[in-house]
Amino acid sequence: MVPADLRYTKEHEWVRQDGDIATVGITQFAADELGDVVFVELPAVGATLQQHGTFGVVESVKAVSDLFAPVAGEVVEINGDLVAAPELVNIDPYGRGWMLRVRLSDPGQPAALLDAAAYESVTHG
Amino acid sequence: MTDTPAPGEGEAAPRETPLVATHRAVGARLIEFGGWLMPVQYRGILDEHRAVRERAGLFDLSHMGELFVEGPGAGDALAAALVSDPRRLEVGRAHYSMICQPDGGIVDDLIVYRLAAERFLVVANASNAGVVSDLLAERIVAFRAVLDDRSLATGLCAVQGPRSAAILAPLTDVDLAPLRYYAAVEGQVAGIPALVARTGYTGEDGFEVFVEWARTTELWAALMDGGRAEGLEPCGLGARDTLRLEAGMPLYGNELDRATNPYDAGLGRVVKLDKDGDFVGRSALERLAVAPPTRRLVGLTITGRGIARHGYPVVSGGRVSGVVTSGTQSPTLGRPIAMAYVAPGDEEPGTILAVQVRDQHVDAVVTPLPFYRRPR
Repeated sequence: MVPADLRYTKEHEWVRQDGDIATVGITQFAADELGDVVFVELPAVGATLQQHGTFGVVESVKAVSDLFAPVAGEVVEINGDLVAAPELVNIDPYGRGWMLRVRLSDPGQPAALLDAAAYESVTHG
Repeated sequence: MTDTPAPGEGEAAPRETPLVATHRAVGARLIEFGGWLMPVQYRGILDEHRAVRERAGLFDLSHMGELFVEGPGAGDALAAALVSDPRRLEVGRAHYSMICQPDGGIVDDLIVYRLAAERFLVVANASNAGVVSDLLAERIVAFRAVLDDRSLATGLCAVQGPRSAAILAPLTDVDLAPLRYYAAVEGQVAGIPALVARTGYTGEDGFEVFVEWARTTELWAALMDGGRAEGLEPCGLGARDTLRLEAGMPLYGNELDRATNPYDAGLGRVVKLDKDGDFVGRSALERLAVAPPTRRLVGLTITGRGIARHGYPVVSGGRVSGVVTSGTQSPTLGRPIAMAYVAPGDEEPGTILAVQVRDQHVDAVVTPLPFYRRPR
């Protein structure tokens, strides 16, 4: 089961909206598929994200995967804990494993993403 | 998030070891490797890696190629086919070897065991087993020796880690204490006729146990049952790769290939130019042995932020020095490590280089191999 209050992409990112701020991370499914996460590369605060553009990289012991921005906006905060503890992405992907917060260019964007039920059908498809 | 596809995946259905159902039953993730469906991880690569460094791990290596060469001319045949001189092996001992092309390019790296005066076992990498088998058959034609390719008739399980002797001893009639590193002896394990070798690919003490194909699942179950109290964990190819990289051991397809000769790889000691008789590659290797090197295989410790991966460029000042052959986050050292070919002059330990990781240059320092040496 994935959290019901989040929005999702078929590339396995999640978005939590709070007004014009969106918190972004990757799903438990993605973290499990990757295996032990050992490195996360994130943009600088102030960077501008294009929707569907790459915003960073997550690396497990074996694999390198691009991260795609689920929404457009300006990065206002990144999760600095992931530098020393990238494993938080595996341990708590929807909580302490969050990646960045974005000031949304269009606060209507998250609502157009997949809801929990639609995302579940992606991972079980 | 999207995965970068793994290169070189074959089209034919992969072969399966006798243990595939066993691996599936405990939730292993299976991938295709060298034409075989193999477990890449069970609980997780980091857990499995630590189990081998601290306790013990059990690996299914039944995909490896087992080529038996027998007959009064077996030693001479192998001396002519390989770069090493297996005639110098005492019975019961083994050595690292390579089979090369006439131009000195490496076809595969091998372990050669002398099981009897006129009987040798050559263990080849899974992805090359067919090619090595064909080449050996060709190269020994003129000798009084026969090749028996038992790759698909031989199961192989490896117990690796500081607790491996304690795990194996109660299950075998082989006296493990006098069995030296790179030695092997025939006996029984869990009542199964076996060849027990003190060899491995992890940088730890450990054993490789060869049995008849049909008894591999029985062997695996006995080792798992016997090892549970010692903390034995099933381990996949993911941990095998991080363990061998920390131990500074080359992997065919990464550090070694047909475009690479033993001297490039720093493995010139394996080539016995002083042995009697011709061997395939001799004249090319004699030239290469004294030619100035064109590149050097080194260890790199990444001091900047980023993980070097296979194929990433290595730069020195403004110029490209070489290329990363293997790289990962080292579970034991807690920092990224890599092996790379660099330009001559850049190989001295302490040399500061950089690895191009996507659009950034990440600092790296040349580090003596191995990165990890087990405490004795």
